[in-house]
Amino acid sequence: MEAYLTSYATVLALTVAGILLVALAFAVSRLVRPDREYGFKLSSYECGIDPVGTGWSHTHIRYYMFAFMFVIFDVETLFIFPWAVVLGTSEHQRFIFGVMLVFLFFVTITLPYEWKKGVLKWV
Amino acid sequence: MATSVFALEPLWLALLLQALAALLLFLIGAVVVGYLEHKVLAHMQDRLGPMEAIWHGIGQLPADGLKFLQKEDIIPTAADRWVFALAPAVAVVPGVVVIAVLPFGPGLWLTDLDAGIFFALAASGVTVLGTLMAGWSSANKFSLMGGLRGAAQLISYELPLVLAAAAIVIQAGTLSLPGIVEAQHGFTLFGVPMIYGIPHIIGLGLFFVAALAELSRPPFDMPIADSELIAGHMTEYTGMRYAFFMLSEYAGMVILSALATVLFLGGWYPWPGVGLPEGAAGMVLGFVITFAKILVLSAIMVWLRATFPRMREDQLQRLSWSVLIPLGLLNIVLVATAKVWF
Repeated sequence: MEAYLTSYATVLALTVAGILLVALAFAVSRLVRPDREYGFKLSSYECGIDPVGTGWSHTHIRYYMFAFMFVIFDVETLFIFPWAVVLGTSEHQRFIFGVMLVFLFFVTITLPYEWKKGVLKWV
Repeated sequence: MATSVFALEPLWLALLLQALAALLLFLIGAVVVGYLEHKVLAHMQDRLGPMEAIWHGIGQLPADGLKFLQKEDIIPTAADRWVFALAPAVAVVPGVVVIAVLPFGPGLWLTDLDAGIFFALAASGVTVLGTLMAGWSSANKFSLMGGLRGAAQLISYELPLVLAAAAIVIQAGTLSLPGIVEAQHGFTLFGVPMIYGIPHIIGLGLFFVAALAELSRPPFDMPIADSELIAGHMTEYTGMRYAFFMLSEYAGMVILSALATVLFLGGWYPWPGVGLPEGAAGMVLGFVITFAKILVLSAIMVWLRATFPRMREDQLQRLSWSVLIPLGLLNIVLVATAKVWF
């Protein structure tokens, strides 16, 4: 247990190190950079003309279906990993292989279904 | 199996050294790959590339970094201030954290997590948040489109990447990255020692294509398509914050090349079955071999940039969902079948 926690202490240390790296770079930059702001410089970029409307304009989010599908498939791959580790050495090798085939069948069948529903088409 | 050189007492010293090593690897790796991109791309286009800084422009990227430090930090009035300011940090920190599990030679890894490859893929997936935060908070139409495209692309190509890695986990029977290298070292195909990349050619292809898309590198660079979206989610960024986005892209190339090296190309061994000398000599040689493999893969990524035109957004999504993901699932079934019956 101790060794297990120690191995994750590294992850914590690196997270802190990464944040420190960013913080240090910004702090040094703050000391040496100029700071002369005025209205036009702070306006949103829009090909050199004054921005029209708000930047958070209405857009058709065509991608939100992909986000749903991603959640489904990502959870599924989560189940594959522990199975993948034990498959080679398990004494019930053929049984767990068969079970996974059934599981993959039901997951994969969603793809042709979505295709038929037109989710994967662009417009 | 060898233990990590960082397994020291007391713990605080070990952690301090690990953090320093990770930052060094992160920065040096990103700078070397960045220089590689400048030079390889230049020579492919019959240019010289950077030539002035020190010798053959070798100091170009550190010089760029110094210049970025002195640049004014502009946050547009319309932007969501805090989210805008934090987005580059969210893009960079996962890159540093992933280095925790990457093996660069025998004993040359920071820690050997039980969930190694799984952790690496999960942590590098956090980068999506940085793209989305930057795209949304800029309050700029180009940034918004770039951020949405980026998020859709990164989540769609996460799946083939993870599925390709899962097939290797079936083959090796472990999630630990040093464990996968050792398992690969003992792997034989019909009695001939072989890297996983040859029998798992489908997996290697899937992993490499998905890695290109994860990094938004051409031909998958729609999120930052400069002719349509200026610079995508980075449009409003200047100075150090912009530099951190670039740094995270180059570091991402190193990280995904290192993962591909471990999973498919035999890690620090020159070839499976060919051992390394014991002790420090083996470590140095192993590090050189690993880094050479990483640089070759990175150079191929740059080569593809010089060769292919950009894909269209709908072609990109179709490629992932109707080709790569079904192929990834099929690959898992094939590898599992081979594992059970052969």
